[in-house]
Amino acid sequence: MRNVNIKIDGIQVSVPGGSTILEAAKAVNIFIPTLCYLRDVNEIGCCRMCLVETKGGKALQAACVTPVSEGMEIFTHSPKVVEARKVNLELILSNHVTRCQTCSRSWTKCELQTLANKLGVQQVRFEGEAPYHPQDVTVSIVRDNNKCILCRRCVSVCKNRQTVGVIDAIGRGFNTVIGSPFGRSLADTPCVNCGQCVNVCPVGALHEKTETDVVWQAINDPEMHVVVQTAPAVRAALGESFGMPIGTAVTGKMVTALRMIGFDKVFDTDTAADLTIMEEANELIDRVRSGGKMPMITSCSPGWIKFCEHYFPEFLDNLSTCKSPHMMFGSIIKTYYAKKAGIDPKKIFTVSVMPCTAKKFEAKRPEMEVDGLRDVDAVITTRELADMIYDIGIDFPNLPDDVFDDPFGNASGAGVIFGATGGVMEAALRTATDILSGTSTDNIEYEEIRGFEGIKLAECTVGEVTLRAAVAHGLGNARKLLNKIKAGEIEVDFIEIMACPNGCINGGGQPIQSSDIRNWSNVSQRRAEALYREDRGMYVRKSHNNPAVKRLYKDFLGMAGGTLSHKLLHTHYHEREKYPENV
Amino acid sequence: MIKTVEQLNALREKMQQEMALRRGCADGCTEMGGRMQILVCGVAGCQSSGSMGVYNELKRCIIENKLEDEIRLISTGCMGLCALGPLMVVYPGRVMYTKVQPEDVAEIFQSHVLEGKPVERLFAEDNDGSKIADALGHHSFYTKQLKIALKNCGTIDPYSIDEYIGVDGYQALAKVLKEMDPEDVIDTMKDSNLRGRGGAGFPTGMKWAFAASQPKKQKYVCCNADEGDPGAFMDRSVLEGDPHSVIEAMAIAGYAIGSNQGYVYVRAEYPVAVKTLTAAIEKAREYGLLGENILGTGFSFDLEVRLGAGAFVCGEETALMTSIEGHRGEPKPRPPFPAVKGLFDEPTILNNVETYATIPRIILNGADWFNSIGTEKSKGTKVFAVGGKIARTGLVEVPMGTTLREIVYDMCGGIPGGKDFKAAQTGGPSGGCIPAEALDTPIDYDNLIALGSMMGSGGLIVMDEDTCMVDLARFFLDFTVDESCGKCSPCRIGTKRMYEILTRITEGKGEMYDIEKLEILARNIKNSALCGLGQTAPNPILSALRYFKDEYIAHVVDKKCPAGVCKSIMKYKIDPDLCRRCSICKKHCPVEAITGDKKNGFVINQDVCIKCGQCQAKCPFNAILHRDRKGV
Amino acid sequence: MANVCNGCADALAMEKALDEVIARYKGTKGPLIPVLHEAQAIYGYLPFEVQLKIAEGLDLPLADVYGVVSFYTGFTTKPKGKYRVSVCMGTACYVKGAEAILDKFTTSLGINVGDCTEDGKFSLDACRCVGACGLAPVVMINDDVYGNMTPDKVEDVLKKYEDVQEGI
Repeated sequence: MRNVNIKIDGIQVSVPGGSTILEAAKAVNIFIPTLCYLRDVNEIGCCRMCLVETKGGKALQAACVTPVSEGMEIFTHSPKVVEARKVNLELILSNHVTRCQTCSRSWTKCELQTLANKLGVQQVRFEGEAPYHPQDVTVSIVRDNNKCILCRRCVSVCKNRQTVGVIDAIGRGFNTVIGSPFGRSLADTPCVNCGQCVNVCPVGALHEKTETDVVWQAINDPEMHVVVQTAPAVRAALGESFGMPIGTAVTGKMVTALRMIGFDKVFDTDTAADLTIMEEANELIDRVRSGGKMPMITSCSPGWIKFCEHYFPEFLDNLSTCKSPHMMFGSIIKTYYAKKAGIDPKKIFTVSVMPCTAKKFEAKRPEMEVDGLRDVDAVITTRELADMIYDIGIDFPNLPDDVFDDPFGNASGAGVIFGATGGVMEAALRTATDILSGTSTDNIEYEEIRGFEGIKLAECTVGEVTLRAAVAHGLGNARKLLNKIKAGEIEVDFIEIMACPNGCINGGGQPIQSSDIRNWSNVSQRRAEALYREDRGMYVRKSHNNPAVKRLYKDFLGMAGGTLSHKLLHTHYHEREKYPENV
Repeated sequence: MIKTVEQLNALREKMQQEMALRRGCADGCTEMGGRMQILVCGVAGCQSSGSMGVYNELKRCIIENKLEDEIRLISTGCMGLCALGPLMVVYPGRVMYTKVQPEDVAEIFQSHVLEGKPVERLFAEDNDGSKIADALGHHSFYTKQLKIALKNCGTIDPYSIDEYIGVDGYQALAKVLKEMDPEDVIDTMKDSNLRGRGGAGFPTGMKWAFAASQPKKQKYVCCNADEGDPGAFMDRSVLEGDPHSVIEAMAIAGYAIGSNQGYVYVRAEYPVAVKTLTAAIEKAREYGLLGENILGTGFSFDLEVRLGAGAFVCGEETALMTSIEGHRGEPKPRPPFPAVKGLFDEPTILNNVETYATIPRIILNGADWFNSIGTEKSKGTKVFAVGGKIARTGLVEVPMGTTLREIVYDMCGGIPGGKDFKAAQTGGPSGGCIPAEALDTPIDYDNLIALGSMMGSGGLIVMDEDTCMVDLARFFLDFTVDESCGKCSPCRIGTKRMYEILTRITEGKGEMYDIEKLEILARNIKNSALCGLGQTAPNPILSALRYFKDEYIAHVVDKKCPAGVCKSIMKYKIDPDLCRRCSICKKHCPVEAITGDKKNGFVINQDVCIKCGQCQAKCPFNAILHRDRKGV
Repeated sequence: MANVCNGCADALAMEKALDEVIARYKGTKGPLIPVLHEAQAIYGYLPFEVQLKIAEGLDLPLADVYGVVSFYTGFTTKPKGKYRVSVCMGTACYVKGAEAILDKFTTSLGINVGDCTEDGKFSLDACRCVGACGLAPVVMINDDVYGNMTPDKVEDVLKKYEDVQEGI
């Protein structure tokens, strides 16, 4: 678009046509406060914090949604603007439970609190009725409408990005609340627990259902042998909770911190990711050879699994029967590891640190157990791990590095990149090409399935065989892809789906970056780079070359897809009613 | 099916003959229309006061006397003088009968219809007490009116497309399609200086020009018939009385901007309007005046009726479109304006019913004619629904620039009970009040804004000395709080806070700082709300603070309600001079707040009194007062 | 054909009518609100099952449908009874014991305020002052006004509306 010339606070500036006032002001280093606005997610101009005055305009305009036009003159802090922002913020605060000291977001950049500081709001003049709302607590997510400021980011991300749409504005006017139909708990809706709503909430109205208390309990129980595993995406983001730059991989410090917290063993879920690749690759080849249901779709993302069960039951047979990596690992720990270490599996407590809220639900699925023992006893998010680190007063950024425990040790680079969209597919292709060709391929970086394009397609030919792969991240894209497959517009053999937009690095359990940062930089990109960097620095970059995995098959499982594998590492799915009656 | 303009004109001629009586044509009337035509208002106020019974009774008389061929009985839309309903008019002579009850019909029929002697006792009474037969021509309620939008309301059968055609209906559409380019139509609209009748008064021609200039294939024409202002019912009257004028105008708009599809968004609370409009659309389709290839010109246009579902905010243009799309009726930020990106993201124009009803006449008579009416910046006429403390409530259409005094005193007969005019409220919950000082200000868009009110859709509520301005502001805020969509924070929370402060004040719990808070909130909500509803929500408060601040102070400082309305701070007192000690008050007090006996007199215990007013209502001697008498 | 009781036959007929409405609007632009209007005309209100059917039929999230229904005052998710009982909770009535009367109605009818009896006969609401303070406490049933109410009179008042035998 052609550039337009405008004046902001007296500064002449030329910006691309179609830019918003907010973007134009940013270009001349002027900060306009925002609250409801989150780029690409929620652009509805409802909080009225980013108001600016335009010459000749009657009412003030919301900078986040108002496009610039030629000759426009904008005043970003005229007395009219300053007063309006303050009054509006006071009004929002007057209907917000300000128990900041005990709020989950108080120290992690509550955007409302930050704004009150920035605008110098030190009292609320317009107190009045603030209705009480009971919390909604599910196994994954807690919604607290007492803190909700009705910015609607959660509604937008759930409805538009994830096409799940289990929450919406309910009621009208002052009585408007965000909620599920007929006052249901999220648990009684087709919510997939992806936690994207949590991830976009500017305040403490949404957070995960925390499980740190049971983890502490286990750690403090001298009888229990507490084993922790950490997902690949965790290391790419945990540092952010301690003020480290976005995109810092903190694997070694994380391992040290976990030991200091008191976990008896610290394992890397990446190893299980390698195991997953072995099982999945085997399953894929088996399906191809035996004419099984195609295309095969990955099953690592529990948000996606529940989505499939609710919305695309016709694809249930396409899902890989593999449990997700941390669940596989849980059952391996309670069998193979327990035997090897000589510990009664009943005395082992397995904890998964995940970038994900859906994993909490997954771990509680009834079928996720072997011989009456739960595969995973507790799931905590990256944020909860940060909480635990704060709990014991560790100076995280200055910790020395440590390495994961034996017998699983370090995983392959393939396992590391599981955390980003396309990572599972890339890991699978690295292994599949080697198996099919019978040699070791050097060309292992699949650029076409990296990056944040909604749906990515790739073909990989090895000799006679061509594998057609598709990758979708974010459930809206998954829906699109599946509909295309149903309509016969796309034909593929293998599909990777991750529930969260951009993959696990942007999972619902990751540290929350405020919109001030997210609006202007690609946080996911920087986190993904950390993972790809780590992969590149690794000696073993293919799952089937992971020595621990090889040993596991040799000593315990036998062959991939064998009987024991099926007992321990595979599962099944079932169609779920969206809104069961009689709840 | 009318396929050509010639066929349209032929039908018009035939109908002109049939309707000649109504044009006041005494001689030359053909036999086609019979020797007498009786029009009975069949809607709104008249309907609720029993006009159906009158209609049925007339019908019975006609059949009984076998006069079906000679006498035409027609149920029409609103005739305007609702206060005197049920209304009926007998042609020839245009004799109007008021407050007609079914039992009056026999007399009218015998005397007037059969014997030619009109029944004088049922004539409308004018300000000077005289009885007027041809009220439509000579009663002061009507003489200052100029009907453009309401031209056909009350004079034709709204269910008859033929009658509409008989009064030049669809001629404007024919003219536009046959003789004008879309640009000509837009130029005419621009030249006419017609401004939207639904609210802010945006120039209609400009709106159309924006939409016309959009290079999009699909565009939409919308009609706002979601009249939600309490006290306004002109749009309803047009739809119930002259639906085809809106249909015709929308087709003209479609031709002008390049759209083939229109939507009329009507309140579901207007079932009669919906029925009339739906029937009219079907008829227009049947006649080929809607649909494909209208009048053989290749232009196609069709209409769909969409019902509101009880949300005042849907009168706001972006909210209305969101609602048609099937969502919560929440407004969207502008720009983009609907003319660029509106309904279903396509260029869309939206005008209200009254605006549309004006358009066919502008096309037929020309922009110059329209410009000759009204004030410098507000051309044409405006319809007002006059209500409240006024002798003659009803619907009036007056040239812009008419003064409030003319409407209130000359046309509507002033305030009943000899009370003083205190203020008039225009613009409903978005407007403000006009004090007595401004009675002689010519009413137009700009003057009303300067007075701190607005035209709005044209509700005009008259208030006398018994109205408390704080309580009135609270009433409107209660409405706005109820009707706020809840999307933007200043409106969602701010209106609630203003309502809470006003409630405190009316309960005698206010402080001076509360008035200041009201001012701060009002100013900022006006500046920062997302849509027009929110931006204008503080107007009732701002305007009351401007003209009646002393009343606020009386509530806050003296803890008194000068108008005696606010119950919590009101005190009922027994005037010992007037009291005859009958003890009726004591008997009727539901909470035993009145003590005393016939010997010593009675007093009201203020701690117990709940201000239900029963004692005052039951006192035969008017000895119970609830406010300080003037001069005492 | 198997015997179907009247209630079930009605339910089937209503379901069929709703299916027709959805089919008629499916694929049109902005179908939700017209469908809700027609569904409410069929059922008298918009309960969970009806909204779910509409959501599935029009391929919309149920939360969307419910969000719309809850926005417009013209839509209701609760049935109203043939006889609408309104207990005045204005100040005069309140101090004269309206609450006890309301309580009595809830126990006699076995429903909460805002709800409707299963047979659709009575619904119960608390309302603002009806302007009959002299008769306090006041109860309105449709347009009939009952003044000077006491909890003891509640049963007698309700009996007046039980004259009509409905169904077998």
